[in-house]
Amino acid sequence: MESVSTSTLATEPVPIRERAWLSPLLGVLDSLLIPAASLVASLAVFALFILITGNPPFEVLSEMYRGAFGTWFSFQNTLLRAAPLMLTGLCTALPARLGLIIIGGEGAMVVGGVAAAATGVALTDSPPYVVLGAMMLAAMLVGGLWIGLAGALKVFRGVNETISSLLLAYLGIALLNHLVEGPLKDPESLNKPSTRHIGEANMLGNLPGLDVHYGLLFGLMACVGAWLLMDHSVFGFSGRIVGGNSRAARLSGLGVPKLVILTCGLAGAAAGLAGMVEVAAVHGKANASLMTGYGYTGILVAFLARQHPLGVIAVAVLLGGIGASGGLLQRQFELPDATVSVLQGIIFVVLLVGESFRGKWKLSRLLGSPA
Amino acid sequence: METEAANAIGLWGVPLAVIGGMLRVSAPFLFVSLGECITEKSGRVNLGLEGTLVMGAMSGYGFSYLTGSAWLGVLAAGVVGFGFGALHGWLCGRPRVNDIAVGIAMMLLGVGLAFFLGKPLIQPTAPRLPSFSLGFWSDTPQVVSALSVNLLFLIGVALAPLLAWAFNNTRYGLVVRTVGESTDAARAMGYDVKSVRLWATATGGILAGVGGSFLSLFYPGSWNEGLSSGQGLMAVALVIFARWDPIKCLYASLLFGGASALGPALQSVGISSGYYLFNAAPYALTLAIMVWANSAQRTVEGMPAELASAR
Amino acid sequence: MVTVSPQSTRRTVLLAFTLSAFGLVACGKKTESSSEPAAAVSAATPEAAKKGGDLTVGFIYVGPKDDYGYNQAHAEGAKFVASMPGVKIREEEKVPESMEVQKTMESMINLDNAKLLFPTSFGYFDPHILKLADKYKDTTFLHCGGLYTEGKHPANVGSYFGYIDEAQYVAGVVAGLTTKTGKLGFIAAKPIPQVLRNVNAFTLGARSVNPKATTKVIFTGDWALPVKEAEAANSLADQGVDVLTSHVDSPKVVVETAERRGIFSSGYHASQAALAPKGYLTGAEWNWAKVYEDYVNKVKAGEKWDHLVRGGFKEGYIKMSPYGTPVSDEAKKKADEAKAGLTAGTLIIFKGPLKDNKGKEIIPAGKELGQRDIELEKMDYLVEGVEGSTS
Repeated sequence: MESVSTSTLATEPVPIRERAWLSPLLGVLDSLLIPAASLVASLAVFALFILITGNPPFEVLSEMYRGAFGTWFSFQNTLLRAAPLMLTGLCTALPARLGLIIIGGEGAMVVGGVAAAATGVALTDSPPYVVLGAMMLAAMLVGGLWIGLAGALKVFRGVNETISSLLLAYLGIALLNHLVEGPLKDPESLNKPSTRHIGEANMLGNLPGLDVHYGLLFGLMACVGAWLLMDHSVFGFSGRIVGGNSRAARLSGLGVPKLVILTCGLAGAAAGLAGMVEVAAVHGKANASLMTGYGYTGILVAFLARQHPLGVIAVAVLLGGIGASGGLLQRQFELPDATVSVLQGIIFVVLLVGESFRGKWKLSRLLGSPA
Repeated sequence: METEAANAIGLWGVPLAVIGGMLRVSAPFLFVSLGECITEKSGRVNLGLEGTLVMGAMSGYGFSYLTGSAWLGVLAAGVVGFGFGALHGWLCGRPRVNDIAVGIAMMLLGVGLAFFLGKPLIQPTAPRLPSFSLGFWSDTPQVVSALSVNLLFLIGVALAPLLAWAFNNTRYGLVVRTVGESTDAARAMGYDVKSVRLWATATGGILAGVGGSFLSLFYPGSWNEGLSSGQGLMAVALVIFARWDPIKCLYASLLFGGASALGPALQSVGISSGYYLFNAAPYALTLAIMVWANSAQRTVEGMPAELASAR
Repeated sequence: MVTVSPQSTRRTVLLAFTLSAFGLVACGKKTESSSEPAAAVSAATPEAAKKGGDLTVGFIYVGPKDDYGYNQAHAEGAKFVASMPGVKIREEEKVPESMEVQKTMESMINLDNAKLLFPTSFGYFDPHILKLADKYKDTTFLHCGGLYTEGKHPANVGSYFGYIDEAQYVAGVVAGLTTKTGKLGFIAAKPIPQVLRNVNAFTLGARSVNPKATTKVIFTGDWALPVKEAEAANSLADQGVDVLTSHVDSPKVVVETAERRGIFSSGYHASQAALAPKGYLTGAEWNWAKVYEDYVNKVKAGEKWDHLVRGGFKEGYIKMSPYGTPVSDEAKKKADEAKAGLTAGTLIIFKGPLKDNKGKEIIPAGKELGQRDIELEKMDYLVEGVEGSTS
């Protein structure tokens, strides 16, 4: 084609494919296209599944929407469920950037919760901000140690971090039960062994104007912070190199052990914080109810968000919504509680299939541009 | 007369219970770890075996109830396990798909589907697998029942050396190992890596499904939603601990089964403080052994080379 | 020549997806906009709904409804309520004792217009029910657990519980007369007062007819651990126990394992007789239908109801499973006598002199603790004759 140098102020419109701003926009849309299409496809598969079980698919789906986002009450319910998922999702998403698969968020969460409760009880007469601050620190420290241990075992002993973090989760839960029914037990809490209450004044309240506690804010801030750290700092950059090629990272003197342990520590701190929120905002004490399963759901959140901290926010809200609507499904259609797990599984599988199309389907190519 | 014998057991109850536990509780671990052994030898990790296990348990129970034969239930569980394994294998075979992620997805899907479909199965009682006792020589009823095993368990025990032999001496075993050691070598020899792994994963699924059917058809022998406590995932840990050697998988499963029985056994003779910690013994044991056995420096002996890069 | 290129295939598929996406969203939006005003209206005018239509009663279970145990017992009561005229029920199962139950209750109040809620798990009370009771003063919350304290808790909250230890006492009588080895086994979840009370009542019942009987207790650590329960059952059988009972959410595994080991079993929560045709003796069951019927009628009629409702045989809140085939006539007679005594109030289970299994005196001679005595709520000991410890 003829060069356009002679007529830089040409009156012909530049074909849309070649406009300068299009590429980055297409890039963003590209990365959203696959997840969005997968979501739609998985809803279609789920609708088929519902149809096979003899229920009306459209009604079921619209009830799910109503239960998740349809009313202000539903939406707040969704946000409330999303809050801990943002934190536990980070527990898997952060180390994943370094190529580590950690699935022990549940353990870090419960030990963090116990630590927070114990701290809260010990300091119960101090001003509330001091108590809450101390609880946060304790939870993050203990949670961080838990997952940091898995990271250390990997770096120094080569122990598979997926398995070790899972084993540590089981051990953490055993520790929770042992402590709550033994050394830390409140003698008044006979029929449901718990630690002592941290004091009503020390409880974490709701965000102004909302029926959702501060845990949501913690989750949002943690995810944004994680994103800034992993994508816009030297630490994060080094981490990504480790994730890409551990040997190259070691050779270039990046201090792989320190990076790994520190990242795992941060991941555990996030999960521990989730435990602290459960104690400070919901129960006021630590007991067996701390085993909420948020840790395990967090793994799903991280994978669905493709380990991206900002994606974790969106997926947490999505899964929170699905969970929030689960109750309605049980009551209106008498579908069992497991329906929600089936949907989660379908979404995950379809997303994985969709991911494998990545690269083959690009918006830019569809529009015919050379990009 | 029976009372005296019963009283005479006393503290012997603990090692007896541990042995009994080895024979009772280890079977699911055994089957799942053998299945995972095959899969990992071919260079792939299947974390979704927990879901396959539970699906196997549910479908085994359901089929046994519907057909009146527990063995048909085992067969059904194997078929279902094959299906799930094949799905896992197919998904992993696609480009850009991470094994671990697929495993977690299958775990979710398997468990969710099993609970969903298994709702009507909680009430009825299905026919169970028959058992006979290795302790038939004893007069003490406790010994007889502690040593009671079932054919499926014995099949599993026989399977371990069989697999070990097969890996070393049959063509299929060699193919699987080659694919697991080096995909380049395998391709050079003309083997389709994806297809071999698919079959290996599906076979692993069969065994995991059968392992699940053991839970619902023999011990504890009923279907409900708390049946599995992470046995599928533990089995993956066991394979690593056993260095991908089927015989060692057998020993590891027995060890694990015995450790699981320790908590209740100790309580029944009166040692009951800290029972949560005793109940966590299997997990602590596995972790300790993994830490002791591994080292960052030397390559983990016996590990299929392709497994590391598959992560 | 028209060739189908990969590009055009991709575009077609993409277009199809997008259209179906819009289709789904459009459907969703349509019904959503019609249900939104409905939700708003129903929240604003609860009176209208109550006057004209049915009373909606909500039931919340912590586990599956069909667990052959705790939750099933409540679900059976709920089924009875559903059959009452002018009443509609909404049930939700497997709701954990966390924020989730608060949201479930709120959802039932807001979206289902429930005016009466029965959250059935112990851990739902504090803080969940209490928080919501303050927020929704028009709704009545009736909790299973007996935790209500006058003056401390809001007026729209009440609690109920059954003295099932009376039934375990009678079951103990049957066990004591049926055992051949004199060793009874009890598989329990956690050493909390309600559980210990059952263990002790069972033992006291057995020893009242068979002074040499002993009970071995094993704590599994949690309410639903089938493998641990099976292990415990086998260990106890290994130790010579020949009657097994339990206090876990679902006694199904214990009863089935006992049957397989050829020993006797005694049920709990609901009847597990179908699972052990040869060895089932009897069982301690709840009769929640009676409690629920009373409450629902009172709320429907707008009458005042009692905040703290507790009862045993006399009030009909508990019952025994029918006697199984192995139960001898003598055992039946003695059991019926005990039941009559408990119903009349003449038989006291916890009375002095009573020692715990470490030899310490718990209740001095001459003193009696009636079923409603607050002392019993704090039980932290195992009586003489029980082998095991609480920690």
